[in-house]
Amino acid sequence: MSAADHLDAEALYVGLLAGVRRLLPPGGALVGITTGGAWLAERLQKDLGLPGAPGVLSIALHRDDFSQRGLSGGAAHTKLPFDVDGRHIVLVDDVLYTGRTIRAAVNELYDFGRPASIALAVLVDRGGRELPIAAACATATIELPADKRIRLARDAAGRLSFEIR
Amino acid sequence: MFGRRNPQLNANDELIHLLSIEGLPAATLQHILDTAGTFLSVNDRDVKKVPLLRGKSVFNLFFENSTRTRTTFEIAAKRLSADVINLDIARSSTAKGESLLDTIANLSAMHADMFVVRHSESGAPYLIAQHCAPHVHVVNAGDGRHSHPTQGLLDMYTIRHYKQDFTQLTVAIVGDIVHSRVARSDIHALTTLGVPEIRAVGPKTLVPGDLKEMGVRVCHDMAEGVRDADVIIMLRLQNERMSGAMLPSAGEYFKTFGLDAAKLALAKPDAIVMHPGPINRGVEIDSTVVDGNQSVILPQVTFGIAVRMAVMSIIAGNSP
Repeated sequence: MSAADHLDAEALYVGLLAGVRRLLPPGGALVGITTGGAWLAERLQKDLGLPGAPGVLSIALHRDDFSQRGLSGGAAHTKLPFDVDGRHIVLVDDVLYTGRTIRAAVNELYDFGRPASIALAVLVDRGGRELPIAAACATATIELPADKRIRLARDAAGRLSFEIR
Repeated sequence: MFGRRNPQLNANDELIHLLSIEGLPAATLQHILDTAGTFLSVNDRDVKKVPLLRGKSVFNLFFENSTRTRTTFEIAAKRLSADVINLDIARSSTAKGESLLDTIANLSAMHADMFVVRHSESGAPYLIAQHCAPHVHVVNAGDGRHSHPTQGLLDMYTIRHYKQDFTQLTVAIVGDIVHSRVARSDIHALTTLGVPEIRAVGPKTLVPGDLKEMGVRVCHDMAEGVRDADVIIMLRLQNERMSGAMLPSAGEYFKTFGLDAAKLALAKPDAIVMHPGPINRGVEIDSTVVDGNQSVILPQVTFGIAVRMAVMSIIAGNSP
């Protein structure tokens, strides 16, 4: 268990790359959840030498807090440049917390077809699960008070870091 | 009509009803168009349905018949997973003498979450929005000569799709401007989104000079009206205008203000031709133009569903 205030996203990424290499079978596809997960998937796609672009998933249309929060602002589109049916998919996100985002992401994926399998890879697991969801690969496990928010940031040079507020 | 504040907006200036484009800020219009872009992609999925309005009941209240508009609202609501109830009000309770507000009170007691209202009286959707339960949302699907906001928004979506930037455009609206709620909604939306030149084109009986007060350029000459236009919006010529002595004859009208290939050639080479439908081929627009490669009349219909999904999901997500 690492302390939250010196999380090195770049160092954790090296672990994520190794984990995803292990999880992704030949013919499998990477799908990143916007926005942090999509950044990671983009980089993983390149570092794993995979052709084309990874899938990008927006969960805006499957959120379970729609009736309280409404539609969030800049809704990015889901783009899956491959056939989902029968494919092994590694879902990538920056932080795993309650599991609600992953629930929504799985529903969103199913709108496009029936995958052969979905595995989850994240940089950070901060506990606090509210649904029966687990990551196949989490490069760091941290404890963070419920009132703190953690998210991935990317600078102009493409370097990743964590913001905790 | 607005009273103290715009009844479409809550205290945080979020949209809770869509009654008219007039008075809505550009940011709200752009937000609706951006959201519609998201929903357009839903049509390409295996499952053409998202669960945003699951468990909600949308009542289509068409006091005036319009199969097409009602159908697009029905499809939009169903793609959002709402339960849709179509009431053929024109032929039911109001015909038995029930007042509008009694009808609304009854339907509210059936736990409606949203009313989509088409009415021949201008302002009817406002009246409903002011008297329904606070959690109920109202969408104006066309009221009298006043407003048809979702048509206006889908026209804006279409223009943005083909032309991207509103601030350089010349848009000509041709036909019966004075009786048209579509024209009125388009003019308000185009003005809000920063279109520098809006032309209202047609005969004096249908395009009176005082339209200038809406900030449009009035043209009684078709050639002047469409010359160098980027967008031409043709309006349907309603038959009753013809019989009402406002116009000489359909043939005469077509010759002067009907859009044919020769008149279209006066516009910019990449001009798009729009029409809210239903079209009268050979009355306001020539068949070759309807089916030609500058026509975007059918894409308008497709965009219309995405725009209505956007409107319904945005207002349903905002609390009073």
